[in-house]
Amino acid sequence: MSEVRDGLFYSEEHEWASAAGGQVVRIGITDHAQCQLGDIVFVELPQPGSSVNAGESVGSIESVKTVSEMYAPVSGKVVRVNESLLDQPEIVNGDPYGAGWIMEVEVEGDVDTALGKLLTADRYRELIE
Amino acid sequence: MKPEKALIFELSRPGRIAYSLPECDVPEVDPSAVIPVGHLRSEPAALPEVYEVDVIRHYTELSRRNFGVDNGFYPLGSCTMKYNPKINEDVAKFPGFAKIHPYQPEESIQGALEMLYTLQNDLAALTGMDQVTLQPAAGAHGEWTGLMLIRAYHESRGEGRTKVIVPDSSHGTNPASATVAGFETVTLPSDARGMVDLEALRQAVGPDTAALMLTNPNTLGLFEERIEDIARIVHDAGGLLYYDGANSNAIMGIARPGDMGFDVVHLNLHKTMSTPHGGGGPGAGPVGVKSKLAPFLPKPVVGLHPDGTFYWDEDRPQSIGRVKSFYGNFGILVRAYAYIRTYGPEGLRRVSEIAVLNANYMMHRLAPYFDVPYPGVCKHEFVLSGKNLKSAYGVRTLDVAKRLLDFGYHPPTVYFPLNVEECIMIEPTETESKETLDAFIDAMIQIAGEAASDPQLVLNAPYTTAVKRLDEATAARKPVLNCSC
Repeated sequence: MSEVRDGLFYSEEHEWASAAGGQVVRIGITDHAQCQLGDIVFVELPQPGSSVNAGESVGSIESVKTVSEMYAPVSGKVVRVNESLLDQPEIVNGDPYGAGWIMEVEVEGDVDTALGKLLTADRYRELIE
Repeated sequence: MKPEKALIFELSRPGRIAYSLPECDVPEVDPSAVIPVGHLRSEPAALPEVYEVDVIRHYTELSRRNFGVDNGFYPLGSCTMKYNPKINEDVAKFPGFAKIHPYQPEESIQGALEMLYTLQNDLAALTGMDQVTLQPAAGAHGEWTGLMLIRAYHESRGEGRTKVIVPDSSHGTNPASATVAGFETVTLPSDARGMVDLEALRQAVGPDTAALMLTNPNTLGLFEERIEDIARIVHDAGGLLYYDGANSNAIMGIARPGDMGFDVVHLNLHKTMSTPHGGGGPGAGPVGVKSKLAPFLPKPVVGLHPDGTFYWDEDRPQSIGRVKSFYGNFGILVRAYAYIRTYGPEGLRRVSEIAVLNANYMMHRLAPYFDVPYPGVCKHEFVLSGKNLKSAYGVRTLDVAKRLLDFGYHPPTVYFPLNVEECIMIEPTETESKETLDAFIDAMIQIAGEAASDPQLVLNAPYTTAVKRLDEATAARKPVLNCSC
């Protein structure tokens, strides 16, 4: 059974998001998502500085099975991406909630409001059951 | 089988020769006299020097590692890997087809032109379309051609429609073709039964809708029962309907895309019409259209003069232009023509009936052993899910596919369509005997049993192939793209 970590916020497209200080939200894909994808071989990251809109594609993840789009769970500006994934995409498989984070987005307005629009851990558990 | 690991280059020994040429009977020319210095080799090419017997053994050994419909069952869902009757090859070798040149005058190739003209009409009749181009060289090429026709049609009416709608179960080529043709794609979710969600479609269409691309039966092997409603919704919004003919093997002589409301259709002759498939082609993806789109077809098409002679119709001022050199993959068109004429209308209907019967037989025999996400009656193909094997024994669909290699089968399509977890997609086609179907089913049942009793056996498969389990993740992450020999 995949891990759903309490305290994070989740999207229906299987991304997680959490407050990372100030206006910044850290984003990754869930354990369920990496498990479904299988061995990840490439992560296409957005350009730092680019604007993203919640629900829109911000990059893609390629596994041996398929190529999947990543969708931004919140709107804002990309301030940092996890460049270590370019050489070692398998980190997403091994530690999706930790070292396998994908990007950080600076939201406009209140962080809690942006995250409040997402699913709680319990709601996400129901979704993937 | 003795694994042959050496490359032909590694077999090379200086001075060995596998050919003998006759004495040169024309004056020798020094290459440096006719080729600019910058393009001349400074040293000879490093070609392998081997005996004829080494060449023959090396490539015969490699050819035995190939798998094709001539040496085994190939139930690759969505690909229609049917047996290709050898009469097609005989006909393609007729001198009137094989020994002609595309620049020959029309009057000297009337037979070939008549064949193309008849094939255009046969495919139009089969799909319910008004006119057909034979130029596109593959399915995706047909999709792109069809979308360019749709673009030209909308533009001729002064409408700049920019969006193409594709269902989430569609072939990956559909959104790709739409993007290459300059459209934006909109993905449409399927409903719980795997069909187009009509409410979602109503929400998705609008004044910017250029077309909906659909396969019917769809990628799950299910017939879109509400296709007429779907057509009405798209047409009312001013859009057109594109039919991806990948699954035509289910409906020949039974239902026609033109009657369902489609405006543009492509057929994969290398699937439905038994021309060679796999190994990179050549294929053929003819496109049929309703008359309102006919003026935009690629030129030339083959026309018929009132006096009964055939000609290249180049006088098509609104044509989108040529989409393939000369007239498409001519030799493939000959094979498809031979197939269609061998069967005739009744025979083609029978092809589809047996293809559907075979798929249903397999699905119902396999249903007790695998999860069937869309039970009921399927068309020419069906999907199973391996999710129960994965959760209970850690055996994934990929492992089942690898284990099938040990039984001498080409595995079915796996992990497609994307909306089915651990998907296994099986298309038996009509050309297989009941014994072949049963033997494959028995192998699948045995593997399901092995997954429970001895999962490691399945996880480490295959055992009988020239190379064992490949490390696909490392191959994709750190590909070795050059030979270090």
